[in-house]
Amino acid sequence: MDRRWRVPVMAAVVLAVAAACTPAPAKQKVADPGTEVSGTVEFWHFFTDREAAAIDSVVADFKASHPKINVVVKSGQDDSKMTQAIGAGQGPDVGLSYSTDIVGKFCASNAWLDLGPYLSRDKVSLDGFPATVRQYTEYKGKRCSMPVLADAYGLYYNKKMFADAGITAPPKTLDELADDAKKLTKRKADGTIQVAGFLPEWGFYENSPSHLGPAVAGKWLNDDGSSAIGRDPNWQTLLKWQKSLVDWYGYAKLESFRAALGDEYSDANAFQKGQVAINIDGEYRIAFAKDQAKDLDFGVAPIPTASPDLYGSGYVTGNVIGISRNAKNPEAAWELIKYLTTDTAAIVKLANSLKNIPSTKDALASKDLQLDPEFKTFIDIFNNPKSSTTPPSSSGPAYQETFQNFCLEWQAGKVPDLDAGMKNIDKQINSLLQLGG
Amino acid sequence: MSRVRHGLTVASFMAPAGIGIAVFFVYPLISAVYFSFTKFDLLTPPEWVGLRNYRHVFEDPYLHKAAWNTLWLVLVLVPARMLGGLGSALLLASLRRAKGLFRTIFYLPALAPPVAATLAFVYLLKPGVGPVNHFLGALGIPGPLWFNSAAWAKPSLVLLGLWGVGDVMILYLAALLDVPTEHLEAAQLDGANAWQRFRHVTLPAISPVVLFTAVIGVITTLQYFTQAAVAASVASNQATVGEGVSSGFGYPEGATFTYPLWLYQVGFRYNAFGYANALGVILFVAAFSVTLILLRRSRTMEAAA
Repeated sequence: MDRRWRVPVMAAVVLAVAAACTPAPAKQKVADPGTEVSGTVEFWHFFTDREAAAIDSVVADFKASHPKINVVVKSGQDDSKMTQAIGAGQGPDVGLSYSTDIVGKFCASNAWLDLGPYLSRDKVSLDGFPATVRQYTEYKGKRCSMPVLADAYGLYYNKKMFADAGITAPPKTLDELADDAKKLTKRKADGTIQVAGFLPEWGFYENSPSHLGPAVAGKWLNDDGSSAIGRDPNWQTLLKWQKSLVDWYGYAKLESFRAALGDEYSDANAFQKGQVAINIDGEYRIAFAKDQAKDLDFGVAPIPTASPDLYGSGYVTGNVIGISRNAKNPEAAWELIKYLTTDTAAIVKLANSLKNIPSTKDALASKDLQLDPEFKTFIDIFNNPKSSTTPPSSSGPAYQETFQNFCLEWQAGKVPDLDAGMKNIDKQINSLLQLGG
Repeated sequence: MSRVRHGLTVASFMAPAGIGIAVFFVYPLISAVYFSFTKFDLLTPPEWVGLRNYRHVFEDPYLHKAAWNTLWLVLVLVPARMLGGLGSALLLASLRRAKGLFRTIFYLPALAPPVAATLAFVYLLKPGVGPVNHFLGALGIPGPLWFNSAAWAKPSLVLLGLWGVGDVMILYLAALLDVPTEHLEAAQLDGANAWQRFRHVTLPAISPVVLFTAVIGVITTLQYFTQAAVAASVASNQATVGEGVSSGFGYPEGATFTYPLWLYQVGFRYNAFGYANALGVILFVAAFSVTLILLRRSRTMEAAA
């Protein structure tokens, strides 16, 4: 071959191989009703240790009731690994993710199979799932995932500190939250913070626009998937309220105070240690607090809201499960998913072990559900019709994290013009959605 | 015939390395260039978008912030580690007693895995509870917020890099021990002082190692990821969230947000693998260019010497 052509020809060959090695969607077939299902299912999930044992226990029950199906469980698998495995044609039959952020991507790209045909064939009604749960498990009308337990976010408060400060009930509005936070805050002689009534910084533990968005009914995305954040005045209400409280403390003082606090999921959690009197967290904190801070006397309540009609609602999310498009045994995979997501006894057993909220109405009403007294508050938040979630997007959490980054700059006083900044946010998010969506 | 046979023999000896380079370097590199002109999510066939990914580079504020942080680290961390490594090596080379003990002590931190080393370092420097600020406080010096301060976070990463400077130090030490003693003695007899001996005898003798550490330092720092990601997660009190990648990258205020972190984020979190590949190609070109410049500068300096 002529030397001049060697490099271009080699490059062309490599490009052809690269293009050929990229995935293409396969056609989906569903067996006829009544077909006997058997074989092995590979099941990946993200849990580890105690929580992985809970999954194993429920899978053992499944195997006992489905003796012809064997399940190979692989714990500690994260979403990145699952994405790469599916892209490479080596995905598991069943994948369980901790994040609803993957639903848009996996539905849009067919990484997870459309479960609609299975649901219709087996006459599984979606009416058994709360509306918000149905929302975060489908994308643009395509149901490629099912819910496995859920989380709801609420307000935790230290009862002793409330009593000492003469506060008789948890705050219901954002203004009351700010007032209580100020009353509960203790400062040292030099003005530095000793105890924060409420640590309002974005990025601290669970304080994120996602978790506080329902407090102002903040809108994330338009129907066409583009960003609605910049034009929704409710977000500005939340940002201005938060900044006013940050300024009351002093940003530098808050940063200094936060720097010495312990890790969120360790026993040095600031709320559990009494360094913060009010905190935002999920229902799972009840189990952590009772385990790690046995003397802590705490109460729970819905997150305070900007207007009274929103009170009682909150942020809801959960684990999602689906069948990889390169599943070797999709029928058996569906049997496992159907069991984990619709069998009341299985859901209740998992909820009792993991201390998460059951994701079906029947399981929520089950008498076998072992409820801590505080847990009822989270179930009410979960059932509230105004509770909401972050909508699935084909670009995953790009819109949430871009906005969160903006909020971090805002609280640090680096955004001189909020209106202009919010409009710019839409532009940035829409660019990212275009690149990845 | 014998020429063909000879050619085949040579090719068979070269084949293992050649296949490795083709499969693990040439193929990924050309693929990355191809994917950088596409919209790609790992899961569906790529869609050709021309130069769109490269055009977005100019309007991406997070990329600009990340590129600045990485450039800062290249400009500060690389020289700091080179000087730190050279300084410790000079110190160790001049020791007369307990050489082995001190070499081991100086080298040990470099053996710590980056995640463990970063975790330990952040806890040592943690304001309020870490021993470093307690010690400074006892001396009447108010310690800074280190990894929790936008101004101090990058210098703290430099300190972490200096603490683990053993990998660079060992190269300098080997080179210093190779400097011919007769040259140094001759220079001393000619009346050269310590600085002159170092500048005109030692430095030219170890210049290949200086060049090597500079090139490797720049390439490694352009890919700076682990320490920045771990330090931000731990300092923001979210080390044990355990749900995959932390959204706390860059804490505080984006001070530790490096170019590779953004590349990872847009690819694996936002599914923009085409754009992530474009960022990868730019990083490769940058590393390649800096290496070429350093090599040329070095040749010019050698010629001048």
